[in-house]
Amino acid sequence: MTDDGIRCDGRRVDQLRNITIKAGVLKNADGSAYIEFGKNKILAGVFGPRDVHPKHMANQDTGILRCRYHMSPFSVTERKNPAPSRREIEISKVLKEALQPALILKDFPRTVVDVFVEVLQADGGSRCAALDAAAVALADAGIPMRDLVSACAAGKVEDRIVLDINNEEDQEGQADMPVAIMPNIGKVTLMQLDGILTPDEYKTCLQTAIGGCRSVYEIQRKALVEKYFEGGAH
Amino acid sequence: MGSAILDQLKLEKMSDLLKQGRRLDGRALDEQRELTIETGVIPKANGSARVRLGNTEVITGVKVQPDKPFPDLGDKGILICTAEILPLADPLVEPGPPTEEVIELARVVDRGIRETEMIDLHQLVLLENKSVVGIFIDSSVVDSAGNLFDACSYASVAAVLSSTIPKYEIKDEAPVLVEGVTSKPPVKTLPVSVTMARIGDQIVVDPSKEEEACMDARITITTNSDGNICALQKGGENGFTVDQLTRCSEIALSVGTKIRKRFEQLM
Repeated sequence: MTDDGIRCDGRRVDQLRNITIKAGVLKNADGSAYIEFGKNKILAGVFGPRDVHPKHMANQDTGILRCRYHMSPFSVTERKNPAPSRREIEISKVLKEALQPALILKDFPRTVVDVFVEVLQADGGSRCAALDAAAVALADAGIPMRDLVSACAAGKVEDRIVLDINNEEDQEGQADMPVAIMPNIGKVTLMQLDGILTPDEYKTCLQTAIGGCRSVYEIQRKALVEKYFEGGAH
Repeated sequence: MGSAILDQLKLEKMSDLLKQGRRLDGRALDEQRELTIETGVIPKANGSARVRLGNTEVITGVKVQPDKPFPDLGDKGILICTAEILPLADPLVEPGPPTEEVIELARVVDRGIRETEMIDLHQLVLLENKSVVGIFIDSSVVDSAGNLFDACSYASVAAVLSSTIPKYEIKDEAPVLVEGVTSKPPVKTLPVSVTMARIGDQIVVDPSKEEEACMDARITITTNSDGNICALQKGGENGFTVDQLTRCSEIALSVGTKIRKRFEQLM
């Protein structure tokens, strides 16, 4: 990083990578979205509410949410074994728990909403980008929601708190903190941390990430507005 | 398994008490259950510990053996941390491939030890890019009664502190054990994880099984000896406000200091 805070990819410390989101990109899914978040390229597809298989997973009182985060074998430098890794299983779980608070599934007992996320190309911060696409796909599927879920990471690189760290910064950096919020309700629904932060840096890092989430929220909204109110259906 | 009606009654009682800042088992909100740490419980392991946190019990063993380094990390020894919930630990656990919950448990415990850089892995290199020492920390939950994260983390740290590292020499590029020579593991800092549950507006430290059953969200924060925050994982099906997250970090630091004193006695 240069002295005036220009990062390895030319961004300022408080600058997001370029983000584009498109809602409704898949024909067969009930809802879908495609996101490019820096070099991340991620598809999200949503099915349901639909019957639960296996049946024992069904809940009499509410619909349930399932989530699968998966990376394509060609998404990273070295070919990735296509079988789900422990990392992918953990991310699937935290993504589900990040989306769950936003969904209202009480009116769909004994059903499931399935969220499938496929990382076609990964570039650091893929779980946040995946979550951003999944939230738009859920809205596109018409699932009742209290709020969107918007995610962005912040981290510590060369002793400075920076927004949205990329793959290179993640490898070299001192800390990585992915965060997701429900922007209108103001609750944090995903938070993880790898790396060492002082208590003050922890607070700054969290606020920085939340600032990023709010910027992402505007892009997610725009994707939905584009599909439903401009040019698209009606 | 408890009956649904009893669970409902317990839940109501718990919420009523929590509004007055009290808990079902009489603990203060930031009070952990009784923690006992025994080390050296498995003599065949290079280090081991049995930790009881209330009615939760974990046995952790450390195995040390020479290994090939990871291709891109030729200047570092290997650290592998696993956790498993044995079927004898809980009536609802079945044998089979690990569930999401178990994988998360293992990875959160691993992250706490790895990200604090508890063990100086550079000191475990025997021959750069060819041969290193691997430290394998395996935790088995034998009694599951809430907050497996902290129980496994404490047992793992205690087992490492109690471990001895055999000495290896390189002969013809292969590691050879030097009999009768051991050393302490290269420990740089003491990670302490503190798991909290949010139930309504209250944050409770070291949630019991009943508290976990009705919590809104969970968070595990690991701090190091310098008072820094090094690893964190939010779990559960709801969220936290920013104020709550700040409070959780403060609680993790203050509770962590007390637990760290316990670890220091093992060194």
